[in-house]
Amino acid sequence: MAATLFDKIWDAHVIADLGGGTALIAIDRVFLHERTGAAALKSMALARRKVADPARVFAVMDHIVDTRPGRSDQTLMPGGQAFITETRAACRNAGITLFDVNDPDQGITHIISPELGIVLPGLTLIAPDSHTCTQGAFGALAWGIGSSEAEHAMVTGALRVKKPETMRVTFTGRLRKGVTAKDMILHLIAAQGAGGGKGCVVEFAGEAARALDIEARMTLCNMATEFAAFTGLIAPDDVTLDYLKGRRYAPDPQPDWSDLKSDEDAHFVYEIVIDAGTIAPMVSWGTSPEQSIALSGTVPADADPKALAYIGLAAGQPIAGTPINVAFIGSCTNARLSDLRRAAAIVKGKHVANGVLALVIPGSSAVKRAAEAEGLDQIFTDAGFEWRMSGCSLCFYAGGEGFPPGSRVISSTNRNFEGRQGPGIRTHIASPEVVAASAIAGRITAP
Amino acid sequence: MTPFTTLTSIAVPLIRDNIDTDTIIPSCEIKGTGKTGLSEGLFAPWRYTDAGARTPDSSFALNDPAYAGTQILLAGKNFGCGSSREHAVWALAEYGFRCIIAESFAPIFEGNCIRNGMLPITCGRPVDPLFHGQIMTIDLTEQHMSIPGRFRPFHIDAESKAMLLGGLDAIDLTLRHASLISDWQAQDRKARPWVYL
Repeated sequence: MAATLFDKIWDAHVIADLGGGTALIAIDRVFLHERTGAAALKSMALARRKVADPARVFAVMDHIVDTRPGRSDQTLMPGGQAFITETRAACRNAGITLFDVNDPDQGITHIISPELGIVLPGLTLIAPDSHTCTQGAFGALAWGIGSSEAEHAMVTGALRVKKPETMRVTFTGRLRKGVTAKDMILHLIAAQGAGGGKGCVVEFAGEAARALDIEARMTLCNMATEFAAFTGLIAPDDVTLDYLKGRRYAPDPQPDWSDLKSDEDAHFVYEIVIDAGTIAPMVSWGTSPEQSIALSGTVPADADPKALAYIGLAAGQPIAGTPINVAFIGSCTNARLSDLRRAAAIVKGKHVANGVLALVIPGSSAVKRAAEAEGLDQIFTDAGFEWRMSGCSLCFYAGGEGFPPGSRVISSTNRNFEGRQGPGIRTHIASPEVVAASAIAGRITAP
Repeated sequence: MTPFTTLTSIAVPLIRDNIDTDTIIPSCEIKGTGKTGLSEGLFAPWRYTDAGARTPDSSFALNDPAYAGTQILLAGKNFGCGSSREHAVWALAEYGFRCIIAESFAPIFEGNCIRNGMLPITCGRPVDPLFHGQIMTIDLTEQHMSIPGRFRPFHIDAESKAMLLGGLDAIDLTLRHASLISDWQAQDRKARPWVYL
């Protein structure tokens, strides 16, 4: 019978049928970070439970680690150091491989996992982090869970999972020039709503999705969680396999992964088709990713008054031209080398507008080194950006370092929730190109 | 885990779509690596006019004395979207909530509820306005919710129902299959040796 890519991965991991649509699913990889992983490790130790197979569990310091140069275990977040030291001690006790604060392989979970070949096509991978769906770009079933489920997977090697439904989002045709994977996913969420993914495994398909490079595919899958999907997924192809060759934890020679694709006549419960040629550069106007519009557009006439009150805009107002105080390039969504290259090309030889705080946080230490080898750091600092060390940084506000009160931020991140980047901070999410151009202009603007 | 069988409580309406886990428990309110000490930070951005000073915002439903001791929260679409932080459920539970009734839930949040004895009821449409602010009774065994004169069945998958009714620990349950898991892995190791590092 014709099967979807998801069905194939699922079937290959069913240990037992638990009834009622729930199965015991084998988990191939677990990835932890110090923010939610610490809780899982602590709970496991309190229950006197052990990690079943520590060789397949990895951890990294990314969430609250300082990104200022010369960092140590100290963070500006009150109590932050405990997350780092407790995670380190617990990983050592459990025999878990940890990419520590100043490890050359340190970086954001979903960026270093591919860099190191930890995620692979056809694997199941879980992490107590909602953006684990990023790694679906490799044709793995990778999804975010809570700390309890992370503990469950580490202790038992499996999870009890109710089989999610399937959805295929097909991007036909080609993207227009200057339109990116970030715009594709914001377009989808704006059109279908932040709940539109209905808990499904969403396979991204079609000519425009296939045409994306591997880093852009990660951006597309990254925001599947903002779409309320169980996860996102893209069938592996030569682009995927070429990327994984020679990575530290990837097998050599590569196994035969050629069957990891949805069969021609496979059935999806939901199908969405989008003409990629209709997608414009996007930016959020409100406090949910679904509240996003084309950069050339206006805040909707029927905009939610609560969102408007928080964001400080009026219905009907053009979004372009809105003055900004901060420009932030970073996060698991858009802080890989190609993102930094495109942003650097825009700011090269220019300078950020007066009074604008502009930051670049490379997504991993490897991205940082590669960018520096090409001189991107110099381009950014010459243009007035701060060039930081790798981490999640101010994608969210943890209580330590923050933006100036009342700031309006143009951000290459994934969430524009109330308070996400600090109390009262107004966030507009967009591609790194739009962030770069807006930093120079001092207002939201197209590149 | 405390088993969930029936519950009777006033239901506090917080009818808004896409209430995210950053709002339920802001990252800056997560001050330790444990699961406790979170209820004060619950809904901090909405509950307080000044979160630092803990100055209550009298317009926020949870600050209305009529809802003191509430255990049932009513919400809109996609409740619990955003970060996977289980602290959102721990904070709700520590505050006293045992049941959330919403038009829909974000998938990770819903899973986190089940693992913590919290019943998430998905309505698939807006929560009946007649339930707002009423003393509701939830019966998980019979799968219905009611107020005098109004009665609605609800759906929940068999596994989640069994976990909640029994107050079961998922890890203990799965460990009963330990030999099945190790047998499966032994077979899988032959088929996919590259998975095992």
